[in-house]
Amino acid sequence: MSAPELYLLERAGREGSETLSVYHGSGGYKALEKVLKTPLTQAEVISEVREAGLRGRGGAGFPTGLKWSFMPDHEKDSRKRYMVVNADESEPGTCKDRVLMREDPHGLIEGCLIAAFAMRIDAVYIYVRGEYRKPYNRLQAAIDEARAAGLVGDAIMGSEFSCEIHMHKGAGAYICGEETGLMESLEGKRGHPRPKPPFPAGVGLWGQPTTVNNVESIFNVPFIIDRGATWFARLGSEESRGNFLCGISGHVERPGVYEVPLGTPAREILEDYAGGIWKGRSLKAWFPGGSSTGLLPPDLIDTPMEHDSIKAIGSMFGTGAMIILDETACTVRASEVLARFYDHESCGQCSQCREGTEWLHQIFRRIEEGGGSMEDIANLERLAMGMAPGKTICALADAAAIPTLAVIKHFKNELVAHVEQGCCPLKANTARAQEVRV
Amino acid sequence: MAFPAALQAEFEELIKNYPDRKAGLIPALHRCQEDLGGWITPEIMEDCAEFFGLEPVEVYGVASFYPMFKLKPQGEHVIGVCHNLSCDLRGAQAVLARVIEKTGAKVGSRSADGKFTVEVLECQGACTNAPMFDLDGVYHEDLDEARVDEILDGLR
Ligand SMILES: Cc1cc2nc3c(=O)[nH]c(=O)nc-3n(C[C@H](O)[C@H](O)[C@H](O)COP(=O)(O)O)c2cc1C
Ligand code: SF4
Repeated sequence: MSAPELYLLERAGREGSETLSVYHGSGGYKALEKVLKTPLTQAEVISEVREAGLRGRGGAGFPTGLKWSFMPDHEKDSRKRYMVVNADESEPGTCKDRVLMREDPHGLIEGCLIAAFAMRIDAVYIYVRGEYRKPYNRLQAAIDEARAAGLVGDAIMGSEFSCEIHMHKGAGAYICGEETGLMESLEGKRGHPRPKPPFPAGVGLWGQPTTVNNVESIFNVPFIIDRGATWFARLGSEESRGNFLCGISGHVERPGVYEVPLGTPAREILEDYAGGIWKGRSLKAWFPGGSSTGLLPPDLIDTPMEHDSIKAIGSMFGTGAMIILDETACTVRASEVLARFYDHESCGQCSQCREGTEWLHQIFRRIEEGGGSMEDIANLERLAMGMAPGKTICALADAAAIPTLAVIKHFKNELVAHVEQGCCPLKANTARAQEVRV
Repeated sequence: MAFPAALQAEFEELIKNYPDRKAGLIPALHRCQEDLGGWITPEIMEDCAEFFGLEPVEVYGVASFYPMFKLKPQGEHVIGVCHNLSCDLRGAQAVLARVIEKTGAKVGSRSADGKFTVEVLECQGACTNAPMFDLDGVYHEDLDEARVDEILDGLR
């Protein structure tokens, strides 16, 4: 196989990659210049992104250009319009956006400006999870630098296009990654997701038309505008185009964030990029795209990493973050950890989710600790079926139900073994600190 | 009570970023926590309420929703150990045990000498460099027990 063409991480890791001079030196802000100096129309920019076939990298894989086209016609709707970049990045396993923000902040800024031009956005907010201090500071410094160079603010590059970009800090709640929870949070409230409809394009931030996109989605935009939709469409697979950032973590030799063409078999990412399972061990289970996508067995590891192929095996591409479990790991323990997470993060508005996540956590914990029964396993399934799909205000309930159903589908033996033996068969590997030494 | 002048001026600038000043509340709470003693005191809530045109209980409602806001006094150093899946798979429990041993703090509370608060955190988005902890707002990644010793010994 020939080496794939890379672009997302082209600059990352280079000396000074976060500065305007290095960004300029490697062709930065060329795409924005093309938009403003040609000049392209708003419709032309949107149609280029649509034709490229870029799909959102935030989890749902929704076509980005199509989403942009949902913004109301500015001639009929004169309200203020907002764009939000979702940099909440809290899905377990996912740590790709921080690399882009930290290593190549101007790429994100240029993407924001082009998107803002295309949708006639008045102001862009970049909502960064509060813990990401370094990526936040890098981005803020880059915005300041860009503003000083006339690239952010009024009359950008001397054109009639003006746009403000503001940074905004979250404060540690996973639910604020859900786009309507994010908007509530940005308005200064508890991050309670809103019922949909209405959708953000009609009623978003402060009730105005709003589009929410993931960092990596927006980061792709300048490349598409600069190199063209046909260039982009050649990369990746037919229905999922371009490269993506695959964060691969857990039991591998070389965990990391790698730039990989969509459609690359999961095995190739595991073996060639991440160096295979660590310590010469074998694969027991894997998540294809963050914790909400559910554990899969080893015999599915040849599946291409792109939206439709992963969907065809009953899972989801999600954030493309692979988490790898070796033969010594316990899938019940993994389920307990994640159930605890969803329990902790549920905002509590919907009873199915508020109560369901708590029960899932308690039951997984009981089974892991050896006190579970066969009825508990049946109850896990009943609970998960009662929480999803589409039974709640947002998809956090689904995100908790899906890994529960997946572990029952693919690893029921291990649940049963815990019940029958009255303990975790892999107990030595799953000890908790508080119980060991305190 | 009122905010110190420097913070007051900063917040006057901050709210210009938004069409509704209330949107400045969460960034402002962060700044208060950073500059005014490491936790959100009742006085801070009252001052924020006044500044943002809210009731103190509304500020409490927001502050208590977000795990990063602390509602009780913290140790001189705050260590948050991630115990979500990617970290768990690569030894977060050993890191946590070591942190507990070294600091003498129980999870969720301060050490007797007031020097440390230890807490466990959900996914911090550093999964490919697991395990990790956040020490006073700085990530320390790719940890093992020896690294933990080195970092904590460096504090004393
Ligand atoms: C519980 C939950 C958490 C989410 N967290 C994130 C997140 O941290 N980052 C993100 O980009 N999208 C997240 N999403 C997806 C967003 O709601 C939204 O679909 C996405 O930001 C849209 O961007 P895209 O179209 O560019 O992918 C989350 C969704 C749910 C239901
Ligand atoms: S599904 Fe859960 S997280 Fe989402 S709105 Fe309902 S209670 Fe909140």
